[in-house]
Amino acid sequence: MADAGGIVGRADIKSAMFNPGGWKSLLTFVILALAWLAGFSSRLFAVIRFESIIHEFDPWFNYRATHYMVEHGFYNFLNWFDDRAWFPLGRIVGGTVYPGLMVTSGTIHWLLHMLNIPVHIRDICVFLAPVFSGMTSLAVYFFTKEVWSQGAGLFAACFIAIVPGYISRSVAGSYDNEGIAIFALMFTYYLWIKAVKTGQVFWGICTALSYFYMVSAWGGYVFIINLIPLHVFVLLCMGRYSKRIFTAYTSFYIVGLICSMQIPFVGFQPIRTSEHMAAAGVFALLYAYACLRYVQTFLSKAEFRTVFFFAAAVAAGVVFLTVVALTWAGYIAPWSGRFYSLWDTGYAKIHIPIIASVSEHQPTTWVSFFFDLHILVCAFPAGVWYCIKNVNDERVFVVLYAIFASYFAGVMVRLMLTLTPVVCVLAAIAFSKTFEIYLKDESPRGNQRNSEDGTDNKNDRLYDKVGKTKKLREDRPKEEEGLGMNIKSIIIIALLMMLMLFAVHCTWVTSSAYSSPSIVLASYGQGGTRTILDDFREAYYWLRMNTPDKARVMSWWDYGYQIAGMGNRTTLVDNNTWNNSHIALVGKAMSSNESAAYDIMRMLDVDYVLVIFGGVIGYSGDDINKFLWMVRIAEGEHPKDIRESDYFTPQGEFRVDAQGSQTLLNCLMYKLSYYRFGQMQLDFRSPAGFDRTRGVEIGNKNFDLTHLEEAYTTEHWLVRIYRVKDLTNREIIPKLNKPIKKTKRKSSKKAKKTGIIKKKPKIIKGKKTSTSSKKTVKK
Amino acid sequence: MPETLRSVVAKFYDEYMHSTPKKLKVVDAYLFYVLLTGVIQFAYCCLVGTFPFNSFLSGFISTVGTFVLGVCLRLQSNPQNKMEFTGISPERSFADFIFAHIILHLVVINFIG
Repeated sequence: MADAGGIVGRADIKSAMFNPGGWKSLLTFVILALAWLAGFSSRLFAVIRFESIIHEFDPWFNYRATHYMVEHGFYNFLNWFDDRAWFPLGRIVGGTVYPGLMVTSGTIHWLLHMLNIPVHIRDICVFLAPVFSGMTSLAVYFFTKEVWSQGAGLFAACFIAIVPGYISRSVAGSYDNEGIAIFALMFTYYLWIKAVKTGQVFWGICTALSYFYMVSAWGGYVFIINLIPLHVFVLLCMGRYSKRIFTAYTSFYIVGLICSMQIPFVGFQPIRTSEHMAAAGVFALLYAYACLRYVQTFLSKAEFRTVFFFAAAVAAGVVFLTVVALTWAGYIAPWSGRFYSLWDTGYAKIHIPIIASVSEHQPTTWVSFFFDLHILVCAFPAGVWYCIKNVNDERVFVVLYAIFASYFAGVMVRLMLTLTPVVCVLAAIAFSKTFEIYLKDESPRGNQRNSEDGTDNKNDRLYDKVGKTKKLREDRPKEEEGLGMNIKSIIIIALLMMLMLFAVHCTWVTSSAYSSPSIVLASYGQGGTRTILDDFREAYYWLRMNTPDKARVMSWWDYGYQIAGMGNRTTLVDNNTWNNSHIALVGKAMSSNESAAYDIMRMLDVDYVLVIFGGVIGYSGDDINKFLWMVRIAEGEHPKDIRESDYFTPQGEFRVDAQGSQTLLNCLMYKLSYYRFGQMQLDFRSPAGFDRTRGVEIGNKNFDLTHLEEAYTTEHWLVRIYRVKDLTNREIIPKLNKPIKKTKRKSSKKAKKTGIIKKKPKIIKGKKTSTSSKKTVKK
Repeated sequence: MPETLRSVVAKFYDEYMHSTPKKLKVVDAYLFYVLLTGVIQFAYCCLVGTFPFNSFLSGFISTVGTFVLGVCLRLQSNPQNKMEFTGISPERSFADFIFAHIILHLVVINFIG
């Protein structure tokens, strides 16, 4: 790939002298094609290292839904009532998903089958996000081209193709809404800029259609429907109103409004909730303003003033009263909790633990800004400054986008994703501008063309540089010869080195942090040998094969989608965390003692309980580490039975060793995780029952389970499945006949290969370092 | 105050009758008709209620959308605005108008249920 790029690039430079126009477009085309290719191939680490598999948690549901849609057709999908989720409530899937993702891959599947290319839907799902990343880089190219220049556009396209902040949600196998939504987002913004520039209704309608696609794909569409009105509003305040903005916005808004209501999940929200009211308000404002402007053309200044004050007073009064009345009457819902948590970062932690518990809703650390964006995050303020300095209508938009996206990215890790494109755009502007200054050929011949070509060539090398520094040296004399100034060439080289480091960093981050499927783990031995830990799939396969079809499996919500997708069994709660009290009930069962939990489990008709236990291999994302969230969520709904403070030591520590609180050492989650673990000695240096994840010897070692029995434990003890026993015929009399009980336990134990670890224990490295997926945070 | 306002309105009416091209007056008449339709729809929903909410909504948005697109058409075909809309001929604006209507009403038909 790199070689081909280099050869083509060099050939282009030679021939560009003869026919600059044609070569310029060819060069652009080649660069974009290479950006697509580079973006696509750097997302394939996971497929090459592991296999073509769906990753993580949410993608499993998306895959399952897509599979359903492909098998049963679109209308059945829209009417799908999933009785395998949220037992006993079920879930109306068609009305609670953004169907854009499923429809997109379903369409591709249908198209390929029309062409007699028999591709399994799973492969389409796996490769959808990488393919769309190429489309995203195209959209970003067009966007930047509209905002700044073609050279900057090429830079931006190359940046977005490999930037880790975007790769994190779009590697092959990460089949999630964001994969296609970022494309839709940037494409909508591009069309919007185009509409503002030309004022044509056509572009406004196109914006609305692209917005419709975005609405169908991701809940982040709210960002668009607030940012575009904000743009209009700010332009209005800056006195930059023009009739182009009026036609663009009004046509976009009205068509976009009715289009967005076609998605069942969105429904009437666009006219009912406060999140969407800004758009409507700006629409009304724009109309009032345009009306006044129109009247103004006919009247003199003094006359206009009377009319203006009269009209302004009436309009303001009417708008205010309408909003108040509608909100009061309950037509417009006040802002939702998720929305509040964006402004007040402490809000979710106090009021909605279920939101605060999700790892992708955590505030972003400074490290992750650099980790995800590297050099771009440093260049991006320069881009903002350039935009403010040479401001025009569309640059105002970019600046607003940058400001708001940076704020939101600081609030939530997940929203880093919306920041990434604008950082790429602005950094591209900064780089392009700098290169334009320092690459300018001061000799009289072909001034403009040369500078542009120069910029393009830099782009071309941007991703070739991953492993190649040779070409860099080759081009250097050319620059020096044209400029004849050392200082310029030094700056150019420094910038090129930075870009090279950026490419290296991107590849490294992608390969080390973002390319793990997280359902298959890899561990590395001392000699660099790699072993695959496939415990999750082993357990889900066991569920699929050895439990009755209608068996109900209780687990923490993180694993709901996977159990449904891979195990094909009914779950109680899953990653679509819509019902807090149901989750709290499961949390309560997990944090109560065994007999109390048994009552809850009988009530919920649970057949199997599944827990994730990482103590044997040192997997830190296990249920004990998430346990405090279960307690907190349960406490939120059942404050009488569960108290968080009971699970801490008097010193306020959460520990599972002998000093841990008795409530913790006897709760169901503890028992299920550590059942029979006390007898297990991992190596000779540590005592029996030594938990590698927490690095302690567990406190409560020898206990029996009364109401549950171990059904299956995977090879590395990562997943443990228990069967809930039926009510016994006779009441159990506790602690009276110990010897009998002991033999009973022995006999009830399965003869499966539980507990014996022959291999040397390892430490897992393949795990995600950055907590970006939708799952409960550790502790 | 009311007198001045009335005189202003009267002057506005005169000016309008005088200086607006005929083509734009036709568009204005169309817009006025659409506005009336909207008012009637709104009055109807106030009186009778909005029970099939999607039907009411699609009808009302169809009216509003028609009005909006009509205003856009009027703005773009107004010769005074030639400076702002460079490169949009009246034919082009009318083609846009039709295109937008097709999209809008396809969605409306889908939504009306």
